[in-house]
Amino acid sequence: MATPTGNAQTVVYVGDSRVARPTKVHVPRDYMAYPGKSETFIPNFLLKEWMVGSVVLVGFLVLVVMHPAPLGYPADPTNSAFIPMPDWYFLFLYQLLKYPYLSEQFVVLGTVLIPGLAFTALTLIPFLDRTPERRFTKRPVPTMMMLLSLAAIVYLTWVSWDHYQHELKAKNIIPEHIAREQEMHAKKQAGGGTGGDQPEPAPVKVAAIVDADDAAYKEVYMKATCVQCHGAQLKGNGPIPGLLGIGDKYNAEQIMDIIRNGIGGMGAQYDANISMGLTDQNLEDLAAWLAKQKATP
Amino acid sequence: MLKAVYEWIDGRLDITPMWRDVADHEVPEHVNPAHHFSAFVYCFGGLTFFITVIQILSGMFLTMYYVPDIANAYASVDYLQHKVAFGVIVRGMHHWGASLVIVLMFLHTLRVFFTGSYKNPREMNWVIGMLTFGVMLGLGFTGYLLPWDNKAYFATKVGIEIAASVPFIGETIQNFLQGGDIVGAETIARFFALHVFFLPGVLLALLAAHFILIRKQGISGPL
Repeated sequence: MATPTGNAQTVVYVGDSRVARPTKVHVPRDYMAYPGKSETFIPNFLLKEWMVGSVVLVGFLVLVVMHPAPLGYPADPTNSAFIPMPDWYFLFLYQLLKYPYLSEQFVVLGTVLIPGLAFTALTLIPFLDRTPERRFTKRPVPTMMMLLSLAAIVYLTWVSWDHYQHELKAKNIIPEHIAREQEMHAKKQAGGGTGGDQPEPAPVKVAAIVDADDAAYKEVYMKATCVQCHGAQLKGNGPIPGLLGIGDKYNAEQIMDIIRNGIGGMGAQYDANISMGLTDQNLEDLAAWLAKQKATP
Repeated sequence: MLKAVYEWIDGRLDITPMWRDVADHEVPEHVNPAHHFSAFVYCFGGLTFFITVIQILSGMFLTMYYVPDIANAYASVDYLQHKVAFGVIVRGMHHWGASLVIVLMFLHTLRVFFTGSYKNPREMNWVIGMLTFGVMLGLGFTGYLLPWDNKAYFATKVGIEIAASVPFIGETIQNFLQGGDIVGAETIARFFALHVFFLPGVLLALLAAHFILIRKQGISGPL
């Protein structure tokens, strides 16, 4: 008897390792140690939880199939008409910054102090609410604060979204991902409705700038408010139409009227241009020049 | 054969107690939706993890096509969305899953709050959970930029401006996130790295801690 094999319970190390040779099988704790109808995690309980999980999964996949993830037009830093919106779960924080005492010189209150206090308090709640009482009806202060915060989050999110919808309506903007879907859909229809992989339609004849040496372009257009949205090359920007070929649609008088009174999502531009130092004659020249912009000369 | 392989490994690593502990531990009646329908509120944590797994898997597939630079990011997402077979489904799962994770995690937080489950001895796990929430919001923010469309660009610009308003360290945060003076080429590379490597790494560490603590302390008792 070279080795002590008398006691099977003794831990016997294998070689020089610290791994114990298994001496007994794992015995789960007795079911009777727990009150009520408890059951083992795998597989009994997990299968029941999977029932709930599969309901969620089906709902999730229905959402995925019915609503493709949105995708707008490529990022363009010069696009000044775009209304920035964060993901919906940041909206309540974003909306905070739109109130007078939480923006401008007070912006630190809105960006740091209020969200910081709220999240710190929530994180440290176990150390603030130290009573052993667990039922929320028996600890009114934390419960009320949470309910108030919830109401505030719901309200702020709703206001923010509502405001965005109104802004879209007022400025006559279709959100880009929708505009893009519609454009793709229209292209598909034009291509005979064969699906996404039809050959690209023949390139449309692109109108060029007519009479690009005119002072009305170089001196007036470049200085006027027009260039900010319609672009230096008159190409427009995302939802903003270009001005190339505008002469096919309007004559000088009609363009002047648009400058004075606006059209669609564009507001009246006349006063803004006058206050920037342009004269009435300048704008008349500009309108005349724009009227010359015909795709087919 | 399989049994022999298992025993060969078990004889060297003694893995049986580990998985037996996970598999055999008792789940009490008051959290079991089969016994009390209202106990479905106890499922929100597990469902959050379920959707997180979906996020990780769908995200792994998205990186097979996605190119994190300003010239190609939009084009690669566009290609993935409109040309790749099932690309629209995979991107849709990642897009909507991001929202669903936030919703489910919020519901899980409310369940823990209203059942007072954060109390002694589970204070640490509540704090870990809140940190996880913060990481999830960070994943949402960094992921929003990646398609590089106008919505992504302008929302990120505003988000970074907000971060820059923080006293003392605002400018440092802005520089760290932007990687320069503007939201541009360096920003998308940084957001990609944060979204794909840094934050998921932190998230997995926090989740591991969360689950180990739950196993150690057990689920909170009935009210």
